[in-house]
Amino acid sequence: MEGFLQALAAGLLIGAVYGLMCVGLGLIFGVMRVINFAHGDFMMLGMYVAFYLFTAAGIQALFGNTVGPFVAILLAGPALAVFGYLVHLTLISHVSGTRTASLEGEGHYAQLILTLGIALILQNGGLIIFGSVLASIRTPLSSSAWELGPFFDMSVFLNKARSIDAVVSLAIMVLLSLLIARTRIGKSLRAAADNPTAATYMGIDVDRAHRTAFALGCGITAIAGGLLATNYPFHPFVGLEYVIVMYAGVVLGGMGSIIGAFWGGMTIGLVQQMSTLILPTQLQNAAIFVVFLLIIFFRPQGFFGRMVERT
Amino acid sequence: MLRTRSLLPPLLFTIAYAVVSLSVTNSYYQLILTLVPVWAVFGLSWNLLSGYTGLISFGHAAFFGIGAYATALGQIYFDLSPWLLIPVAAMLGGIAGLLIGFPTFRLQGHYFALAMLAYPLAILYVFEWLGFQEVTLPIKRDAPIAYMQFSDPHLYTLLALVIMFAIIVLTQIIERSRFGMALLAIKQNQAAAEAAGIDTLAWKLRAITLSGAIAGAIGAFYAQVLLVVTPQSVFGMLVSAQALTVAMFGGVGTVWGPVIGAVILIPLAEILNAEAGTRFPGIQGVIFGFAIVCVILAAPEGLFWKLRDLLRKRLALKPAAVDVAGSAAVNVATLKPVSRQRAATGEVVLEVRNLSRSFGGLKAVQDVSFKLHKNEILGIIGPNGAGKTTLFNLLNGFLKPSEGEILIDGRNMSSERPHAICKAGVGRTFQVMRPFLRMSILDNVVVGAYVRARSGEEARKLAVDAVARVGLSVMADRVAGELSTKELRLMELARALAGQPRVLLLDETLAGLGHGEADEVVAVIQQLARDGMTIAIIEHTMQAMVRLVDSFLVLDHGAVITEGDPEAVTHDSRVIEAYLGKKWVAHAPH
Repeated sequence: MEGFLQALAAGLLIGAVYGLMCVGLGLIFGVMRVINFAHGDFMMLGMYVAFYLFTAAGIQALFGNTVGPFVAILLAGPALAVFGYLVHLTLISHVSGTRTASLEGEGHYAQLILTLGIALILQNGGLIIFGSVLASIRTPLSSSAWELGPFFDMSVFLNKARSIDAVVSLAIMVLLSLLIARTRIGKSLRAAADNPTAATYMGIDVDRAHRTAFALGCGITAIAGGLLATNYPFHPFVGLEYVIVMYAGVVLGGMGSIIGAFWGGMTIGLVQQMSTLILPTQLQNAAIFVVFLLIIFFRPQGFFGRMVERT
Repeated sequence: MLRTRSLLPPLLFTIAYAVVSLSVTNSYYQLILTLVPVWAVFGLSWNLLSGYTGLISFGHAAFFGIGAYATALGQIYFDLSPWLLIPVAAMLGGIAGLLIGFPTFRLQGHYFALAMLAYPLAILYVFEWLGFQEVTLPIKRDAPIAYMQFSDPHLYTLLALVIMFAIIVLTQIIERSRFGMALLAIKQNQAAAEAAGIDTLAWKLRAITLSGAIAGAIGAFYAQVLLVVTPQSVFGMLVSAQALTVAMFGGVGTVWGPVIGAVILIPLAEILNAEAGTRFPGIQGVIFGFAIVCVILAAPEGLFWKLRDLLRKRLALKPAAVDVAGSAAVNVATLKPVSRQRAATGEVVLEVRNLSRSFGGLKAVQDVSFKLHKNEILGIIGPNGAGKTTLFNLLNGFLKPSEGEILIDGRNMSSERPHAICKAGVGRTFQVMRPFLRMSILDNVVVGAYVRARSGEEARKLAVDAVARVGLSVMADRVAGELSTKELRLMELARALAGQPRVLLLDETLAGLGHGEADEVVAVIQQLARDGMTIAIIEHTMQAMVRLVDSFLVLDHGAVITEGDPEAVTHDSRVIEAYLGKKWVAHAPH
């Protein structure tokens, strides 16, 4: 029972960060319908940006070891958003959005191969620039915990760094929801996602909405990556490990639903942590995929998605 | 069927490749030369499913890995020869394809692609957990040939070439057969394919089974060449990505795409790895990535299609464009207003009884009943959202009715799938046209002919006939991408006709046509009716319809508000109200 509570707590904490990570991808996927294979690598880049901001750019000296990492992580978001904006402008926009109508399969083939190419460049470029040594953004909080309880002789320990990660994730999630629900940018994103053709007629620049979504998505996932890095060491090829979790989360939540992507990521986190109770560690990830397949078969539209079929 | 002429290019290519590979003595380059056909075959396997059906699979490593592990474990535990294990691997790959395909084909588009991603990765972790982190194939010094362990690496290359040649020829055969046509039709529009009489699920299952078998066999061969198998190297995401990469880079949906992709990319990646990788680890991946990005920006549909379009443009400049404008006009002129046998007296071909369908609370079709007599042209009209297309979707089986029956020749067909209804003689066209843009008019129509035809020639004959009936014979060889809206509408009509239906459901066939153009299409439809076809046609605009139809069925809010001959219906106040609103009823001529 104590093990169960502990796994539940760990699952909720890591799930919140996974949720944020999935929201970044979900935003891109929901608005643009582009499968971005390089998204895990954008996250990797975000981790390194946060790492170097913290260690080399003076943030450590300015804010100290406890607050510093989080400042660096939050700054990595805008940095990656700018990077994502540029990647979309120079590369992705050539094979997506309004230009793909004339292409075979609406340009999906081209998008896939292009993002695979970008992923290769980022991973290997990362190897050249950052090296293959494991890095991590450690704070003193990473190795200390709050004790909850005891309730009936059972205590649950919450890792301090992970708890703050989860709180930061939730805060960003709330801000993003407000942005999407309340602002003009959010409105254009929703319109472009819902029906790009109609949005164009209503005077919305769909390509610009896509670019905004791509930039926002990269920024958000970069922050999620930075938060993960406070507990998990990373390397230039770390993106491959997470991109699958991200897609599983987005599909679970229902494509096109931002809040759904968050709950999808949360589910993945929970499944991953809870499965440690009954399965050997090597099968943890297999469990994620089995749950993913089960949900996809029984509820293909995800938790929050809707099925639209057009003849 | 396959002509010897089309065997020539793969044969020449294979021989040339073999000659080049025999002259190479460096064993590392020899290995690269062996890997090119291996990845080409894996790309072809992927292409067979994803290139032709448009359902992108991110999980082909599942089949590849199953094949690789089957041959490795079979040698270790049962001491079997790879000559036997490779066919076994193919079989296991095929079975895996069937098992994976059956549940996964319920999903479409991105969902399918992403679900496929999960299979190899789930299997990967299971193999790691089982302790097969690194499986080395046992060395058989006493019987190297029997265990496919050649001392001369050229033999591996030649064997790989034989496999590649076989798969290229197999793909060519499929491309030209009913099988290939069905897959292409699915790619273009699954719904339309079902409506054209194609059992889409059955064909997709065949495709994934065959694709899985090829991937399993080549995975087994790959293990045999490298003599060591790890979960990451055969089930990993990069393996699936390799299949996508060679096929998409070279060109999707053609035999040559994956081959071109493999021939260029595999040596490039390997040589970069050997030359640059040791000095600057990672630089090879960056260059490789840049190469892919640049090519795909220049040729987003792959190299093959880019080259073909360029060639086509060059060739097209030479012969003068055939003037075809007159053809349809001639057709119209020859039509005489022969009065048809009045409909109501004929036998009932299609009968609808109390048909209803609701979506949640919305009653899209409510209690609709009507009879369609042989030779009749029935116009189904009504304002937007009246339930016209929903009615058609019920009639041809896209939707199951909530209540009521559809009788075709007296047989209740209300719970049949679309392809079965098509076989029973109901053809249909769509509001949204989905032509195969790179195919000629005739080839487009052939797709529709396979419902009835038993052989390729018969299908072709039916298609030629159908094209003639809509007056497009003169331009039958033109590529659909160059046609006008009117010609496309006629081609769609021909596609439906090629399946030799007795009842045609036409969904807004006149939409988007100019005045004169609509008249030409109307003339064609009239001629069809004169030849004995029974037709139900949906249209918004009354004008063209009044001259065309024998009787009208008017729908509003899903229910029949009136039916009868054109004269009576156009003066019915309820019809005017439904179309124009209440205030116009007073102005209507009575």
